[in-house]
Amino acid sequence: MKIHEYQGKELFRNAGVTVPNGYPAFSVDEAMEAYQKLNTEKVVVKAQIHAGGRGKGGGVKLANGTEEVQKYVNDIFGMNLITHQTGPEGKNVQRLLIEEASDIARELYAGIVLDRSSGKFVFMVSSEGGVEIEKIAAESPEKIIKEWIEPNEDLKQFQARKLAFALGLSGVQIKHAVKTFLSLWKVFKFYDCSLMEINPLVVTQSDEVIALDSKINFDDNALFRHKDIQEMRDLSEEEPSEVEADSYNLNYIKLDGNVGCMVNGAGLAMGTMDIIKLYGGEPANFLDVGGVANAETVAHGFKIILSDPNVKSILINIFGGIVRCDRVAQGVIDALAQVKVTIPVIIRLEGTNAIEARNLLKNAEHDFIVASSLADAAEKAVKATGEDI
Amino acid sequence: MSILINNETKLVVQGITGKEGAFHTQQMVEYGTQIVAGVTPGKGGQIDDNGIPIFNTLESAVTETGANASVIFVPPPFAADACLEAIDAGVDLIICITEGIPTMDMVPVKDALDNSHTRMIGPNCPGIITPGECKIGIMPGFIHKPHGNVGVISRSGTLTYEAVHQLTEQGIGQSTCIGIGGDPIIGTTFIDLLSLFKDDPHTEGVVMIGEIGGSAEEEAAQWMQNNNFDKSVVAFIAGQTAPPGRRMGHAGAIIAGGKGTAADKMTSLRNAGITVCDSPAEIGKTMANSLQSKMTV
Repeated sequence: MKIHEYQGKELFRNAGVTVPNGYPAFSVDEAMEAYQKLNTEKVVVKAQIHAGGRGKGGGVKLANGTEEVQKYVNDIFGMNLITHQTGPEGKNVQRLLIEEASDIARELYAGIVLDRSSGKFVFMVSSEGGVEIEKIAAESPEKIIKEWIEPNEDLKQFQARKLAFALGLSGVQIKHAVKTFLSLWKVFKFYDCSLMEINPLVVTQSDEVIALDSKINFDDNALFRHKDIQEMRDLSEEEPSEVEADSYNLNYIKLDGNVGCMVNGAGLAMGTMDIIKLYGGEPANFLDVGGVANAETVAHGFKIILSDPNVKSILINIFGGIVRCDRVAQGVIDALAQVKVTIPVIIRLEGTNAIEARNLLKNAEHDFIVASSLADAAEKAVKATGEDI
Repeated sequence: MSILINNETKLVVQGITGKEGAFHTQQMVEYGTQIVAGVTPGKGGQIDDNGIPIFNTLESAVTETGANASVIFVPPPFAADACLEAIDAGVDLIICITEGIPTMDMVPVKDALDNSHTRMIGPNCPGIITPGECKIGIMPGFIHKPHGNVGVISRSGTLTYEAVHQLTEQGIGQSTCIGIGGDPIIGTTFIDLLSLFKDDPHTEGVVMIGEIGGSAEEEAAQWMQNNNFDKSVVAFIAGQTAPPGRRMGHAGAIIAGGKGTAADKMTSLRNAGITVCDSPAEIGKTMANSLQSKMTV
């Protein structure tokens, strides 16, 4: 799960990480009130969307005085912000962060991620703040300094000091940076984060260390123990069909193609998408209906897939292990009594009771296209996108 | 021959009285797996429907029955603790089926494993099977062909069944099939198992099923090259069409910061001389061809 910058900064502030004074705003009026409350001339108007590259897209502006603030607030609130992470369709801005401008002396980077190879979390810093970290990692990896956090332990004072000195900080800056690093790790650990980035982390003219941005992702598997984080979820940032699928406990991701697919198991679902592409089609989605492919889950699956107008055929690929194929087939037949499906449905069932399942489908009222193998199913599903029934 | 488990493996089921635990205990018993004990705290002294004695702690189960492997069907909030309990009890092998364990909980488990003799398969996996001898996990037993010469290592569940089914259809039996799990932190990697298969004289080929996210496939490719792994290897990587930055069902299946793409993994494997299938429908056939060409050489 992701949260907005202003929400992340709230978590930082509560943990003792210095962030600029600022207020979130959900309307133009609220934004101007926030500006009054800050009682300062120079502020930054920041669009709050779950995507990076907001500055380049025109969603972050430095404003001086009421007139300029009003102008930028008007410009940014409600704008369709396009960045390299939003895709070409962009994202409508409905939340702003108005915050005090900082006197920046240096821009740094700080981040925490899981190092999957060692099974430990790693704290990373770089003197190249403001730049995409992936770019630095690719072009000059030596500029990223890392400290691994030992299991059952915390980031140590000496590790934080090492990072601070490696960044070329000095004097009182060291003290501030160490405090910041230790606090960031505490937030990361306490809230079960899966990724945290502060880019830039700035050193001010007065030697303060401030988190000027916040990007935090949370481990979905740990959200059960963080009700407060769950409440921060902004559903408007997510694809509506994905939110609906989530409410049915279905794992659905919308894509751009025209062959819908419904599969049991995440790996097989990805494999099914891949084989659709190999046969010249484009998958319209990822959908894992899980272990229990009964009438109810299949009906929900159909509804979600059909909510995408691009879908021209639906491929159902079930490998019945513990779940019996004839049960799944009956589920599909029953689901089609609840949901009207007017595009071709191609079914491939393999595994336990597959033959009984095929017979059930052949005798059913709905005109299914029954496939004999995975390759056959993909070929038929792609071909069917050009047909009407 | 096989790796890790066989008909002498003595299994204890952690979470034996839960819905999943009870169902799959029944399935494993029917397959012929030797289940000697179950653990559910508070239900010690009871006997389950299959006549298996239930213990309050894993330690007592191991001491009294001599169990040397444990399978975990414990809900996510308590599963990491169940893993630690199994490591503490000193079992040789843990198979953790549970999906949805927080990463923060798995870091100490991984560390405890590294400092013990215990090996863990999973979490978030279908388990391990030596066909005809021992099934530990949730996979359908009947799709497998016993006493075979091909091993299977996979990060997936149903896609593994798909591959096994294709092998069986080709008349190729399996030595041991292992689902290593779809999480970012797992107990046993491709490399660990390739090294075990390397030393198993009866395994002549290995099917490797990877997916997007992390770099385990690249590391395995490098390892095979460095260690002159001379058995037939056929690989498939799921997620060639997966968009970046999205978690594709499995917690570990995500392309992050441009890293972990299927294309990169396929290139690494091919550069190491491994046969990589573009299509998941070609795994069985490709392995058949590979074994055939080895025989004729």
